[in-house]
Amino acid sequence: MEPNTILVVLPHPDDEGIIAGTLIQYAKQGAEITYICLTLGEMGRNLGMPPFANRVTLPEIRRQELHACCGIIGIQQVESWGLMDKTVEFEDQELWIQRIMDKMKELKPSLVLTFYPGHGVHPDHDAAGRMTIEAMRRLSPEERPVVHGIAMTAHAKDLLGPADVVHDVTAYVEQKIRAIQAHKSQFQLLIGNGSFEDPKRLAHYRTERLWTYRFDD
Amino acid sequence: MQPIRPELVQEMLDALKGEPVYLHLEMTTGAYANKRNQSMLTASAFITNAEVRYSQGSIAGQGPYRIGLKTETGWVYAQGLTHWEEQEKDRIIAAGHDDEGKLVVAFQLSKQPF
Repeated sequence: MEPNTILVVLPHPDDEGIIAGTLIQYAKQGAEITYICLTLGEMGRNLGMPPFANRVTLPEIRRQELHACCGIIGIQQVESWGLMDKTVEFEDQELWIQRIMDKMKELKPSLVLTFYPGHGVHPDHDAAGRMTIEAMRRLSPEERPVVHGIAMTAHAKDLLGPADVVHDVTAYVEQKIRAIQAHKSQFQLLIGNGSFEDPKRLAHYRTERLWTYRFDD
Repeated sequence: MQPIRPELVQEMLDALKGEPVYLHLEMTTGAYANKRNQSMLTASAFITNAEVRYSQGSIAGQGPYRIGLKTETGWVYAQGLTHWEEQEKDRIIAAGHDDEGKLVVAFQLSKQPF
């Protein structure tokens, strides 16, 4: 059965681009998607090329880009929780674990998407994943949704094994690229020095890999 | 952001001299520096809304520029500044961008917190 209620917990506007194809597919199947975006990515290095944003204007620009991107993907609810970029791991973890738990009790998602702890590369990614997983650990196994984690480290496959959730999103790749491009201040960083026409890059965008997090109980 | 005009930055540094001001100072390699190039160390530091008061403040160099502020008990220093917001009349919002447009260093001063 396809998941009908999905909760996404990621720390930065544009993180959702990594799994945009998966989310587009779920949205088309009728899923209700809520996305908690913990920060506004206000410490990001990319301010447009040439720079059209600055440190003061970036948060609001990124908030707008986030909403534009989510509109293209089909995410119905976007919540910005207002933490400061780069500082998620230094926040009161208990407070945010509790809030994530409250959100899960309210929404009762059947699927949660977040970063796989230890494989996020960015410390905010790991902190978001850790807090989300901890919130879920506190639910009973019966009420606990499935978690699919994003792993970005080079050694993810060695430590976790091959991804067990592999989505071919070829059918949605153009929509996915448009969603990523909605982050106008960021997408040059997201595509590196290449372009979306690069066949290798396009191949990379067609497949999204996720790892199911296994709880001990 | 526009290329820095040092004479205008100097005027603003003079105007804010001696007053309690809020400082944002930052330097970063980007959170993915080591992922992109393993010989790079991912490093960054920032302090935001630190209250300072300086008795001497100037901009130096031919571009990229340096700014140094002599405070009551120490110094504030930034190197590699290339761009600023020229329309800002009461505060300084300056940064150094590399050739890909990415921010490497930021220097901001204002009478109000950022």
